[in-house]
Amino acid sequence: MEQKNITSKIKEKFGESVLEITEFRGDVSLSVTPNKIVEIAEFLKNDEDLQFVMCKDVTAIDWATRKNRFTIVYHVYSFKNNFNLRIKATISEDPPVIDSVTSVWRSANWYERETYDMYGINFRNHPDLRRMYMPEGFEYHPLRKEFPVLGIPGSLPLPEKPE
Amino acid sequence: MGLEAKLTQDGFITTTIDAIIAWARKSSVWPMPMGISCCAIEMIASADPKYDLARFGSEVMRFTPRQCDLMIVAGTVTYKMAQVVRRIYDQMPEPKWVIAMGACTSSGGMYRSYNVVQGIDQFLPVDVYTAGCPPRPENLINAVMTIQQKIAKTRARDFQDKPLLELQNR
Ligand code: SF4
Repeated sequence: MEQKNITSKIKEKFGESVLEITEFRGDVSLSVTPNKIVEIAEFLKNDEDLQFVMCKDVTAIDWATRKNRFTIVYHVYSFKNNFNLRIKATISEDPPVIDSVTSVWRSANWYERETYDMYGINFRNHPDLRRMYMPEGFEYHPLRKEFPVLGIPGSLPLPEKPE
Repeated sequence: MGLEAKLTQDGFITTTIDAIIAWARKSSVWPMPMGISCCAIEMIASADPKYDLARFGSEVMRFTPRQCDLMIVAGTVTYKMAQVVRRIYDQMPEPKWVIAMGACTSSGGMYRSYNVVQGIDQFLPVDVYTAGCPPRPENLINAVMTIQQKIAKTRARDFQDKPLLELQNR
């Protein structure tokens, strides 16, 4: 299936929910409305012609000052068409919630945990939304723009020094 | 040559218990290879035949802290890992020494960020710091030799009550 057919097929099926389709040097990005993300993911994976069976990455962008502060980015791949697709869904900060796609791609489990750890985005219906890198009990989300590079003193415990 | 020459000459030597214990201790320092990241590769290299840490009696890298008296912390210590490093350190029997190998362990190195401990001396008593990113094996061997000099100056009774004190403080 050609790139044109792939994008037009998605556009045809979801119409309004697909906000924008852009291409940069052969990389195709799809902007979608966040409430439709699971539906779109299911379609991409299960459609006979598309078969985007592999979810390679889930991450987020913090735009800091924009009204809709976070963009969640998914990278999916279709072996059948040898085609990479990027899906973007923009959500506002209050509350930073989006549906989890773990029910569609199980590999998204840890990616979403990482995104939760780093950006504080809550994935609704995620089976096990714990922190990935930072210790349990840490209160901040380090990749948010307001977090200082050197961290917040005292937020991470250290063992006491023996004499 | 050295000890043997003396023995054949007179048949006996005189020394102090302190000196002979310190001599024995410093000649077989067993390192705990706390290799956490890239520095560990140079630590491994220093035990290889080319650099041969065995010349100084320290080739026996033990992967259990219970058999070691020198901890070589080689690598970037994050706050999460600090708990683990400290726990392993606590399991080593007294007396024990610590080498902070490389820029990361000494000062945080190039990782001036929220997740890396800016110097392990914040939670461990460090004896020798080793400069470099990573330090050359020669540099690590130099650090081990510095530890040896330090051990040579110790007296057995320096450590006499230490484990007891630790038990009492618990
Ligand atoms: S000091 Fe350099 S070589 Fe050693 S752990 Fe840090 S970054 Fe790696």
